[in-house]
Amino acid sequence: MKILAIDSSGLTASCAVLSDGIITAEYTTDYAKTHSQTLLPMIDEIVRMTELDLKELDAVAVAQGPGSFTGLRIGAATAKGLCMAINKPVIPVPTVDGLAYNLAGCGDIICPLMNARRSETYTGIYEFKNGEMNIIKPQCVLPLSAIIGEINDIGRPAVFLGDGVEEFLSAIKETAKVPFNIAPPHLKRQRAGSVAALGERLFSRGETVDATDFAPVYLRLSQAEREKLEKERALQDSGSKPKGAVS
Amino acid sequence: MDKNIKILAIESSCDETAASVVEDGVNVLSNVIYSQIDIHTEYGGVVPEIASRAHMEKINPVVDKSIKDAGICPDDLDAVAVTFGPGLVGSLLVGVSFAKAYAYALGLPLIGVNHISGHICANYIEHPGLKPPYGCLVVSGGHTHLVRVADYGVYEVIGRTMDDAAGEAFDKVARAIGLGYPGGPKIQKAAQSGNPSAIDFPRGKIEGSPYDFSFSGLKSAVLNYLNGLNMKGQEYNRADVAASFQACVVEMLVSRARLAIREFGFKDFAIAGGVSSNSAFRSAMEDMCKEEGVAFYKPSPVLCTDNAAMIGAAAYHEYIKGNFSGLDLNAVPGLKLA
Repeated sequence: MKILAIDSSGLTASCAVLSDGIITAEYTTDYAKTHSQTLLPMIDEIVRMTELDLKELDAVAVAQGPGSFTGLRIGAATAKGLCMAINKPVIPVPTVDGLAYNLAGCGDIICPLMNARRSETYTGIYEFKNGEMNIIKPQCVLPLSAIIGEINDIGRPAVFLGDGVEEFLSAIKETAKVPFNIAPPHLKRQRAGSVAALGERLFSRGETVDATDFAPVYLRLSQAEREKLEKERALQDSGSKPKGAVS
Repeated sequence: MDKNIKILAIESSCDETAASVVEDGVNVLSNVIYSQIDIHTEYGGVVPEIASRAHMEKINPVVDKSIKDAGICPDDLDAVAVTFGPGLVGSLLVGVSFAKAYAYALGLPLIGVNHISGHICANYIEHPGLKPPYGCLVVSGGHTHLVRVADYGVYEVIGRTMDDAAGEAFDKVARAIGLGYPGGPKIQKAAQSGNPSAIDFPRGKIEGSPYDFSFSGLKSAVLNYLNGLNMKGQEYNRADVAASFQACVVEMLVSRARLAIREFGFKDFAIAGGVSSNSAFRSAMEDMCKEEGVAFYKPSPVLCTDNAAMIGAAAYHEYIKGNFSGLDLNAVPGLKLA
């Protein structure tokens, strides 16, 4: 059982090889360089280092999104190209689930916070029970206050992680009503090793797609689509209340 | 070379997802183009984020079809080529990331191709007799370049637009006279029933650089003309505006090509790019070249608009020279021709 895993959804670029239950290689960089330039050379490095024949792969797991639109596209197009060439399926791994899997076995509830800009966060709520990850709140895009509110409602100690943690820390301190911790540096951001490990679980449940059908999950419309939708809604609203109508 | 070189070429720089298998730079074994035009029409132009997402959905089926249409299997390929600029960065990245991974997994060399070079090289597909050096006018929605082709893939830019590309001017004027997007084909159609000398729009010139272009003045002149009539409560003749505008653009293009032919002594002259499918431009260039005693070359309209066969044609010459790209090839939205 061999899986190549890719995560380029955020500031980190990461790739890993999972071979019969062991991460035989993992390469993660978090440096100001475009993923377009780093990702494939990194994959090549670990493939050569582990003398991996790509044709031996059973699948390629990839952080499907949400995340940086550009980063997601680089990862997705890379996975689609690799899988089309070797004729193997893609394992789509929800980015926030993959991030939460960094903390597998943790007794507290897990809350990844990715910077989603426009004062929102890509987030979700997870827990581990009997060695399995249980999704309390599936990945979504929310204002920080909304997700902290849900954690307060659950009322259990929490661990936060993700590339939004630094930015949101003071707000978390002000609003969280439960004890909380921040994940240590080696577990704080996206790691392809986690994508591979969770990907293997998904693979065993048959949760794979053909390379052709694989597409990123953005969780957001493009700006143009959003504006168009708003305009249509405004039109509908004005249409339901005819001008000059007496109430 | 005794073996036929088959290159899979991928193009995704703007709003067309395209793939093609080209043999020896001239035999187009397949040419698959998925145009996103219907998706963008309702927005009045190409929306970059929507274009990037659509490329992602179409890249695999388009590449797959290009290989099947060519009647080959991936193992028959000798290289993978991809447009890495200029263009929309999100769109380019889909093609570049896919092509790199696909080539890597198949163990094939990768060739990054300049989109404008691809347009120029489209001429080699139907005119194998065309050989550098020659002159070429590349006119499209994003580019207006007057070029001396010194050798295969080696260019000297003689002139370029200082503001809008010619195709951009077509789009903007088309919008102003209510024809909508895309402007090029719609203006050409409207112009057929119009009088090209009805309105005397200004032929923009750049002081001190006779080979450069400016189309923003012309665009403003058209808008001023329309506003002027509007203020007076008069209607404009759409066909006449389209025909007069088109004639003006064509004259600006042809006059600089003529100047370059005389100055550089070209024996051969070619056109390329989306706007070179415009029939008024094609026939005016043909007439001018005849007058100047120069052989004239033009790609078929299907090879003028964005396609991947032209990328395969350009890549062949890089393959022969052994110019290959690394796995770190990046999309370069502002890539220069020379």
